[in-house]
Amino acid sequence: MSNAPALDIRGLSAKVADEETSILKSLDLALNPGEIHAIMGPNGSGKSTLAKVLAGHPGYQVTGGEALYLGQSLLDMEPDERALAGVFMAFQYPVEIPGVSIANFLRTALQARLGRGEELDLFDFQDQLLEAMKLLEVDPSFAERPVNDGFSGGEKKRNEILQMAVLKPSLAILDETDSGLDIDALQVVSNGVNTLHKENPEMTILLITHYQRLLDYIKPDFVHVMVDGKIVRTGGPELALELEKQGYVNWKPSS
Amino acid sequence: MPESKLVDNLDLDNYKYGFVDSESHVYRTKPGLDESIVREISRQKEEPDWMLQFRLKALKIYESKPMPTWGGDLSDLEATLDEIYFYVKPQEQTERSWEDVPDKIKNTFERLGIPEAEQKSLAGVGAQYESEMVYHSLKEEWASKGVIFDSIEDGLKNHPELFKEHFGKVIPIADNKFSALNAAVWSGGSFVYIPKGVHLDTPLQAYFRVNQEKMGQFERTLIIVEEGAHATYVEGCTAPVYSTDSFHSGVIEIVVKKDARFRYTTIQNWSNNMYNLVTQRAVVQENATMEWLDGNLGSKLTMKYPSCYLVGKGAHGSIMSIAYAGPGQHQDTGGKVVHAAENTTSSIISKSISKEDGRSTYRGLCKVHEGAKGSRSNVECDALLINDTSRTDTYPYIEVDEKQANVGHEATVSKVGDEQLFYLKNRGLSEEEAMGLVVRGFLEPIAKELPLEYAVELNRLIEMEMEGSVG
Repeated sequence: MSNAPALDIRGLSAKVADEETSILKSLDLALNPGEIHAIMGPNGSGKSTLAKVLAGHPGYQVTGGEALYLGQSLLDMEPDERALAGVFMAFQYPVEIPGVSIANFLRTALQARLGRGEELDLFDFQDQLLEAMKLLEVDPSFAERPVNDGFSGGEKKRNEILQMAVLKPSLAILDETDSGLDIDALQVVSNGVNTLHKENPEMTILLITHYQRLLDYIKPDFVHVMVDGKIVRTGGPELALELEKQGYVNWKPSS
Repeated sequence: MPESKLVDNLDLDNYKYGFVDSESHVYRTKPGLDESIVREISRQKEEPDWMLQFRLKALKIYESKPMPTWGGDLSDLEATLDEIYFYVKPQEQTERSWEDVPDKIKNTFERLGIPEAEQKSLAGVGAQYESEMVYHSLKEEWASKGVIFDSIEDGLKNHPELFKEHFGKVIPIADNKFSALNAAVWSGGSFVYIPKGVHLDTPLQAYFRVNQEKMGQFERTLIIVEEGAHATYVEGCTAPVYSTDSFHSGVIEIVVKKDARFRYTTIQNWSNNMYNLVTQRAVVQENATMEWLDGNLGSKLTMKYPSCYLVGKGAHGSIMSIAYAGPGQHQDTGGKVVHAAENTTSSIISKSISKEDGRSTYRGLCKVHEGAKGSRSNVECDALLINDTSRTDTYPYIEVDEKQANVGHEATVSKVGDEQLFYLKNRGLSEEEAMGLVVRGFLEPIAKELPLEYAVELNRLIEMEMEGSVG
């Protein structure tokens, strides 16, 4: 088990639940523990679908292949089971939960990770939360605000990484975390991710992004280009720069 | 999730107040209602003749009024009313000392946590069992300042003039069929008087318990808050679960005088075989504030619209309500504000949750009389639907006869979103935990106003109700 990749995707195909057309088309991808991978690709290539399928979004249906997380079949697990096993997705569009404070939400989420009869240590929790807020450069009152309700785009993305900092996943999938961020917020969020990775070098990160810009701040070990539901090329960080210059135009599938 | 689990897990089995005590009464009328029963209730209470005449007049009005058809389904009620006991006397008198309450009744209330609550943080406690207040007490600190907190019967006996001045004036007999019924057969409830300028810093609390099967409970409460006085009153209601229907129809009359401030909080958690048809109204005088905080969680059908008649300049009325309609339940609730003086302000915030085939109805009236210049009212009602079979309806009536008035109304209906559930599950919450969190968040603006023990109770109830809520 110890040699198992953090994530091993084999021949994964998927579609929107009530539609016919496949979005992921026999996709292969492997991430070893502690590695940072970036998936880049044009709009509509299926990047976000991949993130959602890995997280278990009910709107998508897997039609073939498998995805193993540390050797376990991820696709057989409920979304909350995946989370409890250590898989986290930072949403491209974080969802508003009116009336529920971030602190209350995270406390509930951490409590869910404990066994029956075990009580979360609230002092420890408070410390963790404060530390995470410091990392994301938000005011301590941030935790009392209702989850994403009335947040700016930047606040929502900070909140995603704040949750990642508290929940400490072993596999983090960041779905277009850079979209909608100004340069200052991008630096804060990237610094947050980098710090968390430094603290926990075993944490595996899958970055999904449209732009090379994010990769100036979070250095990936590998860059994959995804077009039409498949990985069409894999390389080092230099691949991102190449894409930045040439665009995705050369990668359009020849139909 | 299989259908059977829903049925097994919810409501009936988990209703923790559903226990039954063996019957213990010293007297009860025969089932059904006629003039002899009204006379007997009055005789049992050794009432003055004017009260007997009041009751008899009310009975005639009750009989002459048709069953209302504009609200919840009352088609089976007529038959139920022929079978229920309109008056059940559990003991001879209202006790002042908890020790003197009969053990059987005392045990019931102890199971409901009443004596503990009293010691902690209340100015006074009343407890009604079947038709009578079995216990009423007020801390000496407040009694010495002239505060009166008695059973309604003792109010009539000991303070006849004050009683007669206000009784039946805020809610006239003929207001509606059930206010007339209550006027005919009322029994139990509180008489409260807060003298001028007295600020009660802890609440008065009353508990209502129905134990007898096929029981009708008709408490009547009269509250007078003198000029500049402040007070809070909290009532809680529970009953055992029976296969036959029970009936509760209270009348609450409140007078809030100049510059006074009063809050009336109800958490009714009746069992699901209870018809709960209540009339609650406050007359609010100059620069006074009245707040209704109304939680309707139990019952088969509730029809209740707490109201504020703003009759003095600058009077303010606020109605905040939560309704939870679980399987088989209909909560037809809302509020009523009448602006009858200048610069009066009101706000109604109503939040309802419907689950499975539960049905919630918001029914509200905002009326601004001509001459009520500068009046402002805002109504906000939000409904949350848990399942596709859940139902909600909104009937906001707005009548404005004054040009210089500002009335706003906003209504939303939302369903617990798939994206919300997915987001929460992605953080490790189970479907039930996620649902519970969304629902609690929805109720939060009102729940935070509740006394702590009721807020805790509300959370516990929601958690319980959300188990197996997602198919």
